[in-house]
Amino acid sequence: MPSVRFRLNGVKTDIDADPDRSLLDILRGHLGMIGPHFGCGAGECGACNVMIGDRAVTACDTPLWSVADKDITTLEGLGSPEWPHPLQRAFIAEQALQCGYCVSGILMSAAALLKRNPAPTSREVKEALDGNLCRCGSHNRMVRAVLRAADEMAAG
Amino acid sequence: MNQPTSPKLPVSLAANPKLSSWLKFSAQGQVTVSPGKVEIGQGIVTALAQIAADELDIDLSRVQMVRASTAISPNEGVTSGSLSVQQSGRALRHACAEVRQIFLRLASERLGVAIDALDVEDGTISGPGNVATSYWELAHEVSLDRDATPDVKPKLATHRALAGSSVQRIDIPDKVFARPRFIHDRTLPEMLHGRVLRPENARAKLTALNEDAARAINGLVAVVRDGSFAGVVAETEHGAEAALKALRKDAIWADGEPLPDEDNLAAFLKAQPSESTVIDKRTASLPGVSKRTVRRQYTRPYIAHASIAPSCAMAQWSGDHVHVWTHSQGVYLLRADLALVLKLPVGNITVEHLEGAGCYGHNAADDVALDAVLLARAAGGRPVRVQWSREGEMSDAPFGAAMVIEIEADLDAEGDIIDWRHSVWGNGHAARPGRAAQPALLAGYELKAPFPRMISTNPPQANGGGGDRNSVPLYDFPSWQIESHRLTTMPIRTSALRTLGAHGNVFAIECFLDEIAAERGEDPIAFRLRHLGDERAKNVIRAAARRAKWKPEKRPGIGYGIAFARYKNTGAYCAVVAEIECAADISVRKLTLAVDVGEAINPDGVINQIEGGAIQATSWVLKERVRFDRQRITSTNWMEYPILRFSEVPEIEVELIQRPEMDPVGAGEAAHGPVTAAIANAVFDALGVRVRHLPITRDRLIAAMEQAS
Repeated sequence: MPSVRFRLNGVKTDIDADPDRSLLDILRGHLGMIGPHFGCGAGECGACNVMIGDRAVTACDTPLWSVADKDITTLEGLGSPEWPHPLQRAFIAEQALQCGYCVSGILMSAAALLKRNPAPTSREVKEALDGNLCRCGSHNRMVRAVLRAADEMAAG
Repeated sequence: MNQPTSPKLPVSLAANPKLSSWLKFSAQGQVTVSPGKVEIGQGIVTALAQIAADELDIDLSRVQMVRASTAISPNEGVTSGSLSVQQSGRALRHACAEVRQIFLRLASERLGVAIDALDVEDGTISGPGNVATSYWELAHEVSLDRDATPDVKPKLATHRALAGSSVQRIDIPDKVFARPRFIHDRTLPEMLHGRVLRPENARAKLTALNEDAARAINGLVAVVRDGSFAGVVAETEHGAEAALKALRKDAIWADGEPLPDEDNLAAFLKAQPSESTVIDKRTASLPGVSKRTVRRQYTRPYIAHASIAPSCAMAQWSGDHVHVWTHSQGVYLLRADLALVLKLPVGNITVEHLEGAGCYGHNAADDVALDAVLLARAAGGRPVRVQWSREGEMSDAPFGAAMVIEIEADLDAEGDIIDWRHSVWGNGHAARPGRAAQPALLAGYELKAPFPRMISTNPPQANGGGGDRNSVPLYDFPSWQIESHRLTTMPIRTSALRTLGAHGNVFAIECFLDEIAAERGEDPIAFRLRHLGDERAKNVIRAAARRAKWKPEKRPGIGYGIAFARYKNTGAYCAVVAEIECAADISVRKLTLAVDVGEAINPDGVINQIEGGAIQATSWVLKERVRFDRQRITSTNWMEYPILRFSEVPEIEVELIQRPEMDPVGAGEAAHGPVTAAIANAVFDALGVRVRHLPITRDRLIAAMEQAS
């Protein structure tokens, strides 16, 4: 098996696996990540979103070979209870979820948005999250939470 | 005849009277609370913790909530019908009140202080003269292995510290920090992975299966076949997927059963054999003189639960005992059905809850649990985790039933309603496990010795009804007849989806009323208020109208609509004003809701539920329809079964009318019916056409315009 190298949440990672396998399968099945969730397997719901570099990407239809030498961030790498990312704090403060299965992917889409646009409008947040499906109807709270995180980051 | 009625225990407590089955105290200052209801994203676990902490006078952080399991939990049936706060909450409040009294009695003896002079603060019991003890100190002396008694009175609403305040949900931190909370994220030692093979064509039979290719997959543990049930078990999830793919390639299926014609569904539903029931009848003492009869038909399609996560379960056998991990809404009910399929006593089966994604009713959670149990039999005592595919979730799980509703009203010379007739046709709305002598689990129908397919029924009116839910108007029409026709055949599998039939019935009633009011030239709010006697009903309507500044001035392309319902006619009151915009498509710009759920234990939790219900209903109205041809369900992915996206979500405002003195009722299903009708009424306001068939898509709008012209 050829080996594929990348950085996962800042850690050098080396995987011997069929390079055509999906990144999601590798992250969950081999690397013990549970942040990215399986939702559809077809890149249609965003539950499995991770960041590759500064972009949010659906991991379920991203082949392993395509992430060689890339920087991958999953929800595990976004922040921790001790050092939460402003988005994580804001989602708690706004109680911005119901079941929360989709939220790990949504946090990654939002994190990517704030990297390229630190002061988004509500419309821009909605556009950035449009590839993420939420079935419980927590959308408006999530948008508020992203705007709150942006404010907090701007305030430093 | 004013005999005092003796106090009764809350329903759940009467069924599970032993106090120790609800709560336990530790010497270390913790209380473990063990409800029979489960978290399905509605925040129930937090609300129950609030109730317990309040009644016991302890800090919320001392409460540890235990997941439901048949090994330890009280049997509270199913977590559904917006009844969790009503049932579990009341039982827990009562049990905690009694336990508090038990501790106070003991403390009174120990401290030599009268009970009335004792005070509890965060578990410390103190009296005059600085005497004190605590729950934790007395815990080892108090046995809660005794039955609850009905005479205890919980605190007055005004003495509660936590109920009524928006404390943060206790499950949310795990979910934003990627800590394993979902069943999908749990692993067990030595865990294997399973997948089940299912046909594309509805109810096709498996006639031949070549297992060779699947068996050649690296890490394959077993191929399981029992009649038309077939599946694989492998060391890894990837291996299980590969083996399933190999198995599918060489599987031969006999033709299934034809599905109805989707384009002619209303006629189909009305023509099927059915069981007819008169739900309610009212006769006028002085019948009016009918001048004219108005008759309208409304329909809603099959609607998918469409959980964001495919259903998942784990099972592990040990001899003839099996342990099941599930996100089912009813651990005891699932256990009862597993016992029927496995022909084992229930004592051999332990069913334990783990959180899944939001399910919105009876989805595939129970089905996948049986799949895991059957596959795990071939795993030599190792646990097997089974997860359905997106396609399976969208086609093999039960759907919310399609409905046809006809309303006919006789009007007098003034255009007032003097007689009202409401008929509803469709499959039953309930085929949950654990309630019949036969199992309701999908694999049970596929075995070599199959169980008969369960035909969905409707819960009795006393429990809110099913297809007939909310079919009896709350309005004071002088006479009416309400009929329900439940199909006795079931070509497409249906079971409980949020609100059961209330969604369709409220849509029909509230749209029909809007039409009658418009014909009379009467404001739809004034019309409703004139026909309502219930002040709480009137209050939510007035509150929503006030907040939405009813009725805003007319602008081109913008429409406003109002609707109201009291869920199940006994639950939460909800009124909605919808503001929509008609361009190429309909978009919902804003929903203004007013809600009365009695005592709101966690007001932000209630608002979250109402917002979620309103958005989900908007999605149902604008987009959702299970698609099928004569052979199979075709809407098996998010492209074919679209739901509302972030850019399409309306602004939502919720006014919560607090009534701490009233019993709490659930909020999760209050908004769906009213939101649906309010949007349809707003479409009429904007365009002057009535769309009576859901979903209200561009095609439906064009068809309605053509019909109107």
